[in-house]
Amino acid sequence: MLDFEVFSQQLITGLSNGMIIALIAIGYTMVYGIIELINFAHGDVFMLGAFLALTLLGALGMEAWGPSGQVFGVALMLIGSAVFCGGLNWSLDRLAYRALRKSSKLSLLVSAIGCSFVCMNLGLFWGGAPMTVFANGNSAAAPKNFPAIIPQINLLGDGFLRITPADLLVFTVTIPLMFGLTFMVKRTRLGRAMRAVAQDPTAASLMGIPVDRVIGATFFIGGALGGFASVIYSLYNNTIGFQMGTRAGLDAFTAAVLGGIGSLPGAVLGGLTIGCVRSMSDQYLETRWTNTIVFCILVLILIFRPNGLLGSTRREKV
Amino acid sequence: MEGQHSFGEYKMKNSAVIISIFGACSVLFAAAQDTQVVAPATAGTLKIISSLPRTGSANAQTNTMVNGIKLAIDEVGGQIDGWKIAYEDMDDASPQRGNWDPAVEAQNANAAVKDSDCIAYIGTFNSGAAKVAIPILNRAGLAMVSPANTYPGLTKPGFGEANEPLVYRPSGKINYFRVVPTDDLQGVEAANWAKTLKAGKVFILNDRELYGKGIADVFQKQAEKLGIEVVGFEGIDSKAANYRSLATKVKATSPDLVYFGGTTQSNAGQVAKDLRSGGYEGMFMVPDGCFEQAFIEAAGAANLNGKTYITFGGLPAEKMTGKGADFRAAYKLKFDADPEAYASYGYEAARVVLQAIAQAKTKDRAGILAAISATTDFNGVLGKWSFDANGDTSSRVMSGQTVQDGKFVFVKVLGN
Repeated sequence: MLDFEVFSQQLITGLSNGMIIALIAIGYTMVYGIIELINFAHGDVFMLGAFLALTLLGALGMEAWGPSGQVFGVALMLIGSAVFCGGLNWSLDRLAYRALRKSSKLSLLVSAIGCSFVCMNLGLFWGGAPMTVFANGNSAAAPKNFPAIIPQINLLGDGFLRITPADLLVFTVTIPLMFGLTFMVKRTRLGRAMRAVAQDPTAASLMGIPVDRVIGATFFIGGALGGFASVIYSLYNNTIGFQMGTRAGLDAFTAAVLGGIGSLPGAVLGGLTIGCVRSMSDQYLETRWTNTIVFCILVLILIFRPNGLLGSTRREKV
Repeated sequence: MEGQHSFGEYKMKNSAVIISIFGACSVLFAAAQDTQVVAPATAGTLKIISSLPRTGSANAQTNTMVNGIKLAIDEVGGQIDGWKIAYEDMDDASPQRGNWDPAVEAQNANAAVKDSDCIAYIGTFNSGAAKVAIPILNRAGLAMVSPANTYPGLTKPGFGEANEPLVYRPSGKINYFRVVPTDDLQGVEAANWAKTLKAGKVFILNDRELYGKGIADVFQKQAEKLGIEVVGFEGIDSKAANYRSLATKVKATSPDLVYFGGTTQSNAGQVAKDLRSGGYEGMFMVPDGCFEQAFIEAAGAANLNGKTYITFGGLPAEKMTGKGADFRAAYKLKFDADPEAYASYGYEAARVVLQAIAQAKTKDRAGILAAISATTDFNGVLGKWSFDANGDTSSRVMSGQTVQDGKFVFVKVLGN
C-alpha cells in the first residue's frame, strides 16, 4: 500500500466518525443556543435511540430480510429512533427543565445531569430485556452486538483502500439532514421563531411567539437528530451499550464547543475536525495520545478564539 | 392455688405445643432447603467477605464466581466444627464508573477489617483493586485470597515496580494469596503459542490497564525472544466508539497476528470487530480477560470464527477431571448453567479458606492466615497444588481455545 492510500483511508474514517459526532453535536448546540443549557442527557437519549433500533431489529427479525427489505428496515429504524428520541427529549424538557426556566442556570444544569443518570439506568434495564438480540442470560450491562445488516464489505474490490456501504450510509443520511436543518432554521416560520427566542425570549413572547412551544420544538428536533445519529452509529460501529452515550456525548459536546456553541455550521465543522484529528493522530502518532491531542486543540482554540471556530462574538448575556 | 396450678399447667402444655410446632417447621424448612438436617452451630460465626465488581460490565463473570463461593460453603453445610460460616457478597464497583472503583474497594476492605467476625476476604477481580485492598487488610492481619488477579507484581519481586510487592506488605507479613497463575506465565505461553501458529509478525495492542498492559509487555518480551517481529505496540483508548483508524494502521503493517492485552470490559469485542471491518484478515489473540461468553456476544460470533485464539490460566470446566469434574456437575445441578471460566477459581478460593478454618479451628485471624499460607498439596479443581513463598499457586495448567460458531472450543493444554 502507498502512504497516499493510508492517508486517504484515514481521511474517510475520520470524516465518517466526524459526521456522526456532528449530528449529535447539533443537538447540544441547538439547545444551548436557545436556553443556554448544556443538556447532559442528550448523549443518553442518543444511547436509548440505539437500544430502540436494536429492539426493532430483533422484534421484526430484520436479519432475515433480503437486501431490499433491509434498506426498508434501516429507514424504519431511522424514523422510529428519531421520533422516539425527539419525543423523549421533548418530555425531558416538559418534565424536568420547563419548571426551572426562571431559576438559576445551575439548577437547570444539575437537573440535566440527573436526567442523564435516569436515562443511563433505563438503558441498563433495557439491556436486560429478554430478547435474543440482547443475548439474554448475559448481564444487562454487557456491550451488545448490533448485527451488521449494512455489510462492512469493500466496494472498491480487493485493494488496500476501503469504502464500505456503512461509510456511504453515514454520508447519505447525515448530509441531507444537515442541509434540511439549515434550511429549516433559516427559512421557515418555526426557524425564525427559534432564532427570535434565542436572541431574547421576553421580546419574542411580547411579539406573540409561544416561547415554551418553540423551546419544546427545539428539544424535539435536537433529540430527533440524536435518534438518526444513534441508528447510524449502531450500523457503523455494530456495538451498543448503556454507557456509550457518555463518551459519544463528550465527543459531541467538545465538537460543539470547538465549532462555537450555539452555531449549527460550527457543530458540523467541530465534529469533522475532531473525527479527522482522531484518525490522523491514531495513524501518525500513537493512539494513546489521541485524546490529549484533541483536548489540546480545544484549549488552544478557546484561548485564541474564545467563542469557538464559528461562534458569534456576541457578549455573554448579563 | 388450685386455679393457679392449672393455669400454669395449661401454659406449659401450650408452650410445649408451640415448641413442637416450631421444631417440626424448622425440620421441614431444613428439609425443603437442603434435604439434610444439620446440628446447630454453637462455637460462633466466622464470616467470609468477597469483594468483586457486581455492578457494571464484569457482572456476568462475578455472578458465576459468587456462585462458586456459595457452592463451596454449601458443600460443608454452612458450618465447620460448630462454627457457622457466614458469607457477605460486597460490590467494589460504582455505577459512575461502571467498573471497580478504588474508593469503594477501600471502603469494603475497611469494613471487613472492622467486622470482628470476618476472618477472610475473597477478592478482588481486578488487579488494580487488589493494590488498594491488600495493604489495608495487611495491617489488620486479615487473609485475602484472590480468585482472579493475575498481575505478577502483586506477589512477585522483579516483575512490576521496584517497590513491589513489598509496598503491599506494610506489616512485613504475607497476607495475600491467589489461586490463579499469573500473567508472566500466561503471556509467555501466549507468545509460545503464537510461534507454533507460525506468526512471523505481530502487532501488539493493550488497554493501558494494569492487567492488559502487563500481559502485553510479557507477550512482547517473549515474542522478541522467539524471534517474532513486533511491528507495533500501542495502548488503546478503551472507551472509544470504534478503532477503524487503528485497524487501518495495523493493516498497513501487515502482521500475521494481532495480540490484544485487555478484557471484554476494555472493549476487546469492538477491537476484534473493527479489525475485521477494517479489512484485517489475520489471526487475533487475547488473554483470559476475554474468556467469557460476553466477549463473543460483543464481538459478534462471525467476526471471531476460526482465527481467534484465547489463552486462559486454567482449564475450561468441561475439560476438568477429578475434583474439577465433580465441581462442574455440582454447579450445574445447583445453578442450572455451566460455570464460566472464573467460577472454578471462586469455588477454589472459598475452599482454601474453608480448609484453613477446618485446620485452624479458631476465630483468630492470625491462626487462619497461618493455615492458609500453609496450604500444601491442595486437592484442587486443576489437580494438586500448593502456595509458594510469595503466596502464589504452584499450578501451571493453562489452556488455549478458539471460537467456532459462537462457542469457545478447547484447542490444547499450553505449557507444562
